[in-house]
Amino acid sequence: MQLIEFTESGLYCRQGDFYIDPWQPVNKAIITHAHSDHAKPGSRHYLCHHFTAPLLKLRLGDISIQSLEWNEEITINNVKVSLHPAGHIIGSSQIRISFNDDIWVVSGDYKVEDDGISGAFEPVRCNTFISESTFGLPLYKWKKQEVIYENIRQWITESHQSGKTPVIIAYSLGKAQRVLQCISTITDNIFAHGAIWNTQQALLTAGWKLPAIKRVIPEMPKEVFKNSVIIAPPSADGTPWMKKFSPYSIGVCSGWMQVRGNVRRKNADAGFALSDHADWDGLLSAVKATGADKVFVTHGFQSAFSRYLNENGILSAEVKTAYGGEEEEQEKPSTTTEQENEINTAGE
Amino acid sequence: MKAFSELIVKLGSSTKTNEKLEALSHYFATADDADKVWVIALFSGRRPKRIISSSFLQLWCLEITDLPAWLFEECYHTVGDLAETIALLLPERTGALRNAGLAFIISQLTALEKQDENAKKDFIVRTWLQMNKDDRFVFNKLLTGNFRIGVSQKMIVNALAKTVNLEPNIIAHRISGNWNPFTTSFNELLSDQLSAVDYSKPYPFYLAYALDTEVSDLGREEEWQAEWKWDGIRGQLIKRSNEIFVWSRGEELMTEKFPEYDDLRSLLPEGLVLDGEIIPSIDKKPLPFALLQTRIGRKNITKKNLQDAPIAFFAYDVLEYNGIDYRNQSLCQRRIILEEIVASVNHPVLLISPIVEFSTWQQLAHIRNSSRDMGAEGIMLKRKSSTYQAGRKVGDWWKWKIDPLVIDAVMIYAQKGHGRRSNLYTDYTFAVKDGDKLVTFTKAYSGLTDKEFAEVDAFVKRNSLEKFGPVRTVKPELVFEIAFEGIAASSRHKSGVALRFPRINRWRQDKKPGEINTLDDLKKMLDAYGKT
Repeated sequence: MQLIEFTESGLYCRQGDFYIDPWQPVNKAIITHAHSDHAKPGSRHYLCHHFTAPLLKLRLGDISIQSLEWNEEITINNVKVSLHPAGHIIGSSQIRISFNDDIWVVSGDYKVEDDGISGAFEPVRCNTFISESTFGLPLYKWKKQEVIYENIRQWITESHQSGKTPVIIAYSLGKAQRVLQCISTITDNIFAHGAIWNTQQALLTAGWKLPAIKRVIPEMPKEVFKNSVIIAPPSADGTPWMKKFSPYSIGVCSGWMQVRGNVRRKNADAGFALSDHADWDGLLSAVKATGADKVFVTHGFQSAFSRYLNENGILSAEVKTAYGGEEEEQEKPSTTTEQENEINTAGE
Repeated sequence: MKAFSELIVKLGSSTKTNEKLEALSHYFATADDADKVWVIALFSGRRPKRIISSSFLQLWCLEITDLPAWLFEECYHTVGDLAETIALLLPERTGALRNAGLAFIISQLTALEKQDENAKKDFIVRTWLQMNKDDRFVFNKLLTGNFRIGVSQKMIVNALAKTVNLEPNIIAHRISGNWNPFTTSFNELLSDQLSAVDYSKPYPFYLAYALDTEVSDLGREEEWQAEWKWDGIRGQLIKRSNEIFVWSRGEELMTEKFPEYDDLRSLLPEGLVLDGEIIPSIDKKPLPFALLQTRIGRKNITKKNLQDAPIAFFAYDVLEYNGIDYRNQSLCQRRIILEEIVASVNHPVLLISPIVEFSTWQQLAHIRNSSRDMGAEGIMLKRKSSTYQAGRKVGDWWKWKIDPLVIDAVMIYAQKGHGRRSNLYTDYTFAVKDGDKLVTFTKAYSGLTDKEFAEVDAFVKRNSLEKFGPVRTVKPELVFEIAFEGIAASSRHKSGVALRFPRINRWRQDKKPGEINTLDDLKKMLDAYGKT
């Protein structure tokens, strides 16, 4: 029997009677990270990493929640469970479960480069690895974080020089904190959209040290934003909310910006392929490092990545999940103006 | 190359015309003259000969990256551009950055033309590995000979006008026509010398906008001249130096494709440029555009082509007469000369595009409804006092097209698009009902909003049968209204019809697949509008 079954409610461990990132309400849910496509509301008990807990509460309200340290092992119905850093966003974890000699690891979303915020991805040996594949094509190869950071900073300087306010589009949980880390070395005049500001407050309350940001408030006069940098979530892109920064220049931070057509479609002035997911080489190295003899591939380019693994001697199969389908996520029409109270936290 | 690839990146990412213009004029103000000539050439469709087929480029890329061919294909379908796919897949540059000028790289490529495959491979692979991603992309674009970058002739002209001290319409004239970027210097191109020798040189076409207001808003009827709007190839017919030249609106010299016009050489006066429509025609009546398509793509025109699809030139304007530029005369005056010329030539290949007489707008609207019977797609309205301007200008010329034909169909195949539609399923194939079967009859790529494309894309990704390859078969569920300008019989399509300018008119979310039109409906349309 498989230690993890793929059911209609999500990844299910029958022996331990718990789910991992279920998309239906269940009794016990272990959560890899706090993005909305992985952490759904309605379950009775949640288990996650210490860092994820406050973010889950922010999103899901008053829930029953237990949290763990990385590498701390607990036992649920004779199944050993531990969390290991996934490097995707703050608190993001791979879930390792073992029963008898069988070890499975669920990656959740991950990236192998250490971004200095999310914890360094830890390869975990296992028999079966369940991997994401958001960017599972070899055309996705990221530059080093520091190189991209330098490009972003240079673009900010150029925008200011040409009299424009740079508006950086980044997801409020994950990307926004990296952008902050990047730009705080050249400016402390940073404004953020309410959704990003809310996330920041939750992180500050949880004890994180983050560069100071100011919240954009509708009543603020235009002049306030001169020579500043604005950080906004994708849902704000192209909405009237942006008007007050005019003239502005839009820089989108997302792995999808690797392809020119996507930059053009976003009407972005600049696209930075800064991703919180592993690129092709990252996925391959992660899979190999687990030593797994079977790999299930979920959301992303799972058909291609899985086929490539099979052709290269790693037994692999695709699994349909309800996770983001971040591929679709990137194209979701934005209808919101300013979602002050909602955190837009879907993946890439 | 760096300056040029930076220009390409800027043009590709900037969304405002002004920014593009600025990037171009900055380039023209700073780049080498030899490189500038090539930029003008490339952006106006003149490109160096392809020295290698793109399948070799793909092959060498696979050798370098050690990827399986199917995975390359997947990447290509996702990126939607071969040059960019290769640029992305190649490993990071190791050695020093190569920074040769655009003209120099093109001359190196041209020098390889006669050499063997190994020499080409050696040069191309070496160059790839010396370049960064953006340079590679541009280099590959030169190799694959396909430079569509969203820059209009008008923009090039305006950017040049900022650096060279000439009127835009003069620049437009100078950079059009038959010049060779290998042998023409920047100064020669923009001076009078060259146009004196280039007898083929056409004038920039005056293009009309679609009428977007009530026709009565145009004012008094007697100030306007109405003509049929023909569905052919807009062209200039030139006779200079006892030679005939035919230019298409797309700046393509097409003389050889239309041997019929040869007869006019001895009949037309010297120093003449006519503007008109190239249309297949018998007995002075236009035939459907589909007939023209049967011979356009061919290298050699056969006798049978000439018989089945004979060509005429429906002239509607004269731009040069007796070697004198008449573009600043009023349309009325030009028309008088034009009618005289056509009458004196008196040859079935040269016809006058007749004036449509009308006294009230209401009456013209009524006449317009009969456009299809005339083989026309609507009415052209031209102000009688108008000069012949350069490029697309608002005000004096309008096209007033009839409403398209429409049919409801279901989408059954989808493919990912290109350019800004990369990684999105935006290219669809549609079917109508034939009993309980579905018969495909057309593809369409445009007509939905970005938001609608995103929704259809999500539907395709969730409802397709195949996992690999370019085409996805989807559940026949989404119904669209397809609009088109004309319909003709075709033996190449299963449905037996070929449509002219098919596009998506709207998404019929109110309709179920059972309610779409039938093959019979299409055939009825063919009977009504597709008779030759």
